[in-house]
Amino acid sequence: METVVFIISAAIVLTGAVGVIAFRNPVHNALSLVGTLFGVAVLFVAQEAHLLAAVQVIVYAAAIVILFLFVIMLLGVDQADSMREDPLPGQRPLAIVAGLAFVGLLLVVLVFSTDDPVTGGQALLAGFGDRANVEALARVLFSQYVFAFEITALLLTIAVVGAVVLAKRPAAGSAIEAEDEAARTGEEA
Amino acid sequence: MITAMQVTTTWYLVLGAMLFSLGGTGLLVRRNPLVMFMCVELMLNAVNLTFVAFGRQLGDLGGQVSVFFVLVVAAAEVVVGLALIVAVLRRRPGATADDVAVLKG
Repeated sequence: METVVFIISAAIVLTGAVGVIAFRNPVHNALSLVGTLFGVAVLFVAQEAHLLAAVQVIVYAAAIVILFLFVIMLLGVDQADSMREDPLPGQRPLAIVAGLAFVGLLLVVLVFSTDDPVTGGQALLAGFGDRANVEALARVLFSQYVFAFEITALLLTIAVVGAVVLAKRPAAGSAIEAEDEAARTGEEA
Repeated sequence: MITAMQVTTTWYLVLGAMLFSLGGTGLLVRRNPLVMFMCVELMLNAVNLTFVAFGRQLGDLGGQVSVFFVLVVAAAEVVVGLALIVAVLRRRPGATADDVAVLKG
């Protein structure tokens, strides 16, 4: 059963990833990204990481992709970037070769290694035991990792403040506004 | 026949490797900063997948905790990154990654 689930969701994940790279229109890229993220969420469920699957769908597939779509709509959807023009000659073929070489390297290590590729200490943290996934994760998160958890709260606060500062229009009449105006009219001229 | 095969950790690792390479290739190939950002998300998801796979293999919840933190950092990164993109593109519409290569307005 898990095999069928794995094969179907792996196909969805990889198709979505190729779509993110290959489509010309940024909206199509974002929608392909949703497919990939849902596929990864299904694979999380297949590995009994139920909380992460829920978070993946709610945070990633919903919130982050919606944010992407907002920005795309805000900036105008017509800016499909041209795959033809190539400012750095030969960079795209080289990039594809590099990507293939990298995946080849990883596959050789993973598939053809004689030993089990998984090494490392067993279970630094306790496993699930007979607890539900959410409860087990909460116990670890709010005991052993509570300090890191508090720091993520700080990080999110800083990110929100930073986003507001960056996205705010400069006040009319300020030096930055005048410079902006000069840059814009200079480009049009 | 297919259903008789057992899904091992290696399958997940191979899928993660392919997803990571696709994301990296996209990052190098595309020039629209928004699409480059989406490719970074692909790479983060590939790593999340390997974290969960290793965590299950080793019976360790640390893998899932790591994914949780990666998710939070990715959310913060997307918020700040998209704000930067909006700030840059408002000033010079249609800019690609090459246009902001010197990080100067």
